[in-house]
Amino acid sequence: MNESFDRRKFLAQGAGSLTAVWVSTHWPSLLTAAAHARKMASADLPKLEFFTAAEAVEVDAITARIIPSDDTPGAKEAGVLYFIDKSLTTFAVDDQKAYRKGLPALQARVKEMFPAVATFSSASAQQQDEVIKSFDEGAGTSRRSRRAQGTGQNFFETIRQHTISGFLIDPDFGGNRDGVGWKLIGREREHMFQPPFGYYDKDYPGWQPNDAEAGKK
Amino acid sequence: MVDQPKYKTSDEVDFVIIGSGAAGGILAKELSNGFRVVVLEQGPYLTEEEFTHNEIDILTLDKLTNHPNIQPNTFRKTPNDAAKRQRAVLYGRCVGGTSNHFTANFWRFHEIDFKERSKVGEIPGTGLVDWPISYADLEPYYTKVEWEIGVSGLAGASPFDPPRSKPYPMPPLPVKSSGVIFERAARKLGWHPFPAPMAILSQPRPGRSACINCGFCLGFGCEVGAKSSSLATAIRMAERTGRCEIRPNSYVYRIETDAKGRAVGAVYYDAARNSQLQKAKAVILSANGAETPRLLLLSASKQFPNGLANSSGVVGKYLMLNSGGISLGVFEHPLNDYKGFAVSRILHDFYELDADKVGFHGGGGLDARFDATPIGFAFSMLPPGSPRWGKDFKTVLGHNFTRTMEIFGHGTSLPLETNSFSLDPEVKDAWGLPALRMTYKDHPDDVKLANWLNSRAMELLEAAGAKQKWNYPIGETQFGVHLLGTCRMGNEPKSSVINPDHRTHDVKNLFLCDGSSLVTSGRGQPTMTIEALAFRAADRITALAKRGEISA
Repeated sequence: MNESFDRRKFLAQGAGSLTAVWVSTHWPSLLTAAAHARKMASADLPKLEFFTAAEAVEVDAITARIIPSDDTPGAKEAGVLYFIDKSLTTFAVDDQKAYRKGLPALQARVKEMFPAVATFSSASAQQQDEVIKSFDEGAGTSRRSRRAQGTGQNFFETIRQHTISGFLIDPDFGGNRDGVGWKLIGREREHMFQPPFGYYDKDYPGWQPNDAEAGKK
Repeated sequence: MVDQPKYKTSDEVDFVIIGSGAAGGILAKELSNGFRVVVLEQGPYLTEEEFTHNEIDILTLDKLTNHPNIQPNTFRKTPNDAAKRQRAVLYGRCVGGTSNHFTANFWRFHEIDFKERSKVGEIPGTGLVDWPISYADLEPYYTKVEWEIGVSGLAGASPFDPPRSKPYPMPPLPVKSSGVIFERAARKLGWHPFPAPMAILSQPRPGRSACINCGFCLGFGCEVGAKSSSLATAIRMAERTGRCEIRPNSYVYRIETDAKGRAVGAVYYDAARNSQLQKAKAVILSANGAETPRLLLLSASKQFPNGLANSSGVVGKYLMLNSGGISLGVFEHPLNDYKGFAVSRILHDFYELDADKVGFHGGGGLDARFDATPIGFAFSMLPPGSPRWGKDFKTVLGHNFTRTMEIFGHGTSLPLETNSFSLDPEVKDAWGLPALRMTYKDHPDDVKLANWLNSRAMELLEAAGAKQKWNYPIGETQFGVHLLGTCRMGNEPKSSVINPDHRTHDVKNLFLCDGSSLVTSGRGQPTMTIEALAFRAADRITALAKRGEISA
């Protein structure tokens, strides 16, 4: 059992606070949902269902260049490979062909750029980055790019989006192992928060109309 | 879920309401006080325990929203262009509709929104007209929304607010760091920031928690019932009357009429894709500003060759999507704005701009917010030119997530006859029905306004001492979530679809109430007005029914 499981903590805190009325009426269904999520989160040794062992090594290596491991955990420690593998057999079935075509194309590019290197995973970090650069077509961001753009884009963009998703998704949903992605970005893994939230609101004196503010000066 | 009555489709109920969102929910609640009501909702009946923080479900799989694979859209800029398949609209597709996942900004419209045409005169090339009702007509219903559905706010905090008959029923939500930064900088510039009115509870109500600041708000369903969605409020109240049946997974594709030209009920595909006709004495469409006109057009017949209730020819036209822009800033210290709801401070200093001074027509408001969840943030909210992968990407992601805020500019769209929803002649949805086609080209003034609001937002970020600031370029609008004006209200049957009672001019027992009813776009936050209209429509429809004027 994972004692740091945030939904449980939320329930425990909630019962003593403002949410007491709501939580007590919804307790049974919340527990069901929590148990389900916990089961998903505690699958510690997932089996690969889509990638072969050889493909898995390459995918793991690519994700590790997208979010490298350095003094803090990266895609590898977050279990992104397993998140992608599971995605491709569940909600992202349509992206299977991007990987089936993209992985061989990537290996071909490795051979072309570095004839002495056998596979992407055995290339040096610098060589790997050069290969990826040759695939990255770039993209501007807009409000709408917040939603993953789905199938039909180039392989690198697909794996880039999958890597980021697997690194930053709520850990209850099959990625972001041990919450390492959220640790990097500074998102606390709690289910409820109380103000003050941040640096700028911690000493806020309360709202006053403009005139009152002027009067204080 | 409360036990509901189960009506037979052959039972002629008093009202069948199509759509369970902001308007449909309230109409169901109000009308089921005395009448037998069936609500047909195309999406599933999800409840709080099924709402999660799973960004993949929400942002990738559209678990709560219309899915482009089963309900494709097409888009073209003008009627002379060929429409291409692309997603044009996003709306809630589940019981409670878009009110489940919205931001919950709950601004009232101001007096000007109802009589702008009289005040500014004709704007050539546009269909800008006054509403047939005024702010004063709607004021009691705005108050009703605030008290019955639940809105947090501070009355009298904005010098630009229209008159109100009652204060808010509960205080504003707590301020966020983005709100404090916004408030201090706006005051330096001489503007008047104030606590945002939000349809999110700052205090618990029976069966509903106050906001727990979980941080998965925009896009997500509220798992503690703090967001005042129709699901958490009106639908539950309707169910408790014992006269209202909510029937999910019911995709209405036709309003059936008889030889006398009266509506007899709604035809829909049930979950097994069998066709059913729910009979009713009157039909109310609250399917949203895209699906309501689409359904009228799908209901064309020999008697109504241009679509039902479309003798004016304006069904689907005068679409307004609300102009606006988004600016972003990165600050020295953590704001931790991922905690909590999206918006805590807004300002309305620019609600009515002087066209002679600024060089365009329109107006709007600014809000301070952070409405991104982690994956969406990484995809879309790093400064322009940031690395997209690798060590430097990781560094900027790690630094910026807690230090970023957004300023949203929200503003007017002018109503243009050529901006519309219609039926695509070729593309079909998964049921074989013509897909929704959007035609949209911004009026130049809407674009100027969006850029102008972005400039004010950048001034504000400058005054606030942002370490970095930028905005998304204002592009051509090809996508909408505020779907407004497509079955406009008016006194004149030749130029409008519904009268001030929300009754269609052409069909006596057919009523429309949702974003399609709006005559002007307001300044970017339509849901409060849609809900006030729904309360008012329910009063008007009840009065007509009691006088025997619907079935006569």
